[in-house]
Amino acid sequence: MSAPPPIIEVHQLQAWYGARQVLKDIDFQVQRGEIRVIMGGSGSGKSTLLRHLIGLQRPPAGSVRVLGIDLARASVGELLGLRKKMGVSFQGGALITSMTVGDNVALPLRELTRLDENTIRIMSRLKLEVVNLGGFQDLMPAQLSGGMVKRAALARAIVMDPELLFFDEPSAGLDPVVSAELDELILKLRSALRMTIVVVTHELESALKIADTISVLDQGQILVTDSVLGVQQCADQRVQDLFHRRPRSIEMDVDAYMKRLTDERA
Amino acid sequence: MFQFVPTALQRLGHASVAAVQAIGYGGALLAESLSFAISGYRRGQPLRAHAIFEQMRQVGVDALPIVGALSFTVGLMLGIQFMAALGEFGAQSQVVMAVAKSVTREFGVLITGILVAGRSGSAFAARIGSMKVSQEIDALGVIGIDPVRYLAAPTLIAMLLMMPVLTVFANALAILGAALYCSPSLDISVAAYLLQTLQQITVGDIGQGLSKSLVFAVLITIIGVGTGFGVSGGAEGVGRATTRAVVMSISAIIVADMIFSYFLNR
Repeated sequence: MSAPPPIIEVHQLQAWYGARQVLKDIDFQVQRGEIRVIMGGSGSGKSTLLRHLIGLQRPPAGSVRVLGIDLARASVGELLGLRKKMGVSFQGGALITSMTVGDNVALPLRELTRLDENTIRIMSRLKLEVVNLGGFQDLMPAQLSGGMVKRAALARAIVMDPELLFFDEPSAGLDPVVSAELDELILKLRSALRMTIVVVTHELESALKIADTISVLDQGQILVTDSVLGVQQCADQRVQDLFHRRPRSIEMDVDAYMKRLTDERA
Repeated sequence: MFQFVPTALQRLGHASVAAVQAIGYGGALLAESLSFAISGYRRGQPLRAHAIFEQMRQVGVDALPIVGALSFTVGLMLGIQFMAALGEFGAQSQVVMAVAKSVTREFGVLITGILVAGRSGSAFAARIGSMKVSQEIDALGVIGIDPVRYLAAPTLIAMLLMMPVLTVFANALAILGAALYCSPSLDISVAAYLLQTLQQITVGDIGQGLSKSLVFAVLITIIGVGTGFGVSGGAEGVGRATTRAVVMSISAIIVADMIFSYFLNR
């Protein structure tokens, strides 16, 4: 029996900011039901990879298939159908600041379904309970703490019961206790709602705790994709640097260095 | 020696390309907003009446006091000037006609346009710009809510409905202002002045003002919303976009007004 098709398939993906290449021929697969952590330092291209996976950017080369749909070739209708099956929790939450928390969570239901208002209210409060924000639906996003904003954003991301959840930097800017709670929440979501979850983070501790598999990204390339144990035992120097919090060993290219210092049009 | 020539040419070239790009972008934004208004419901992206009414209140009802007060003042001013100018060659009786035509064709709609551009054009740019900066626009996109449908289209419809209403209101108050100043010197009652005005203006005069108001509504909305969507670079970027939206929409209104007046009065 052959393996089921992967839920995310990235093939030879490239991305550029101006003349600088930030993603170099990325190949990347995520299987249904797994928690995949994309790890990497700042500037490794992990946020750019995420933006491609959720279809916010068009790839100049390569392809991204999510749930079997090629994002670059999909029709508007196909994309809309796909968006209903995936949820995204942004780094800063990205809650609509002019709406209450409850309205934010209810927004996807209101705009994309024809459910009646009572059902929408019950469903959105149910999801707020899941993220331990029961009773906070009437507050405005500005009145929430950082951890509460992330949890509210998570509630909005899962309100349509997506098959696939993306989570950008769950623990960035949070204290260790709150970020540990979020990790628990992610594990709970997977076991309770059977979601496939892709988490982008630079936090080693939470990556080791939640991941089934880890992809380590550095300077636009995937160094290794393996189980937690496999990645820890990986011999690659840059992977080991990341895992043992060592400063990067920078190789010096004298010619390039002189060129950067002296070039007028740099 | 003539090094500045190529750089100046380069700059001119860049500016021209940017201008053509901006016009193309504005046209696409307009077409997309209208298409959502017409066929959004069938495509699962309906315009919400609630959003349109909310915008109508903000751009229309809330602007009534200031539009009324300033049109009244402009009416007074026109009355004073026409009395003085026409009085010089004993044509004071023509003041009614002069005020009526100039207000309905030009001043009512121009004052309304400039005020709405300053009040609402800047508000569109600031609102959408700050949503862009805090990733709220991205969040709408990945939820499956087209930002143009959700933010631009209701604004455009509300502006197209409210600008003519505001213009009629401005016309009425400006003529009232002129009537209060002129009727004593003309030895007629205010009621008689207003009656004479109604007898002398034609449907064509009112129509000129109203057709301009629709064009202004489109210009203010597209420039405000377009610069909002184009924001990058944090809070400072939002500030720049707000200023730009106001300056550009007022300039566009005045130029469009001149072109219209030329073609409608040949």
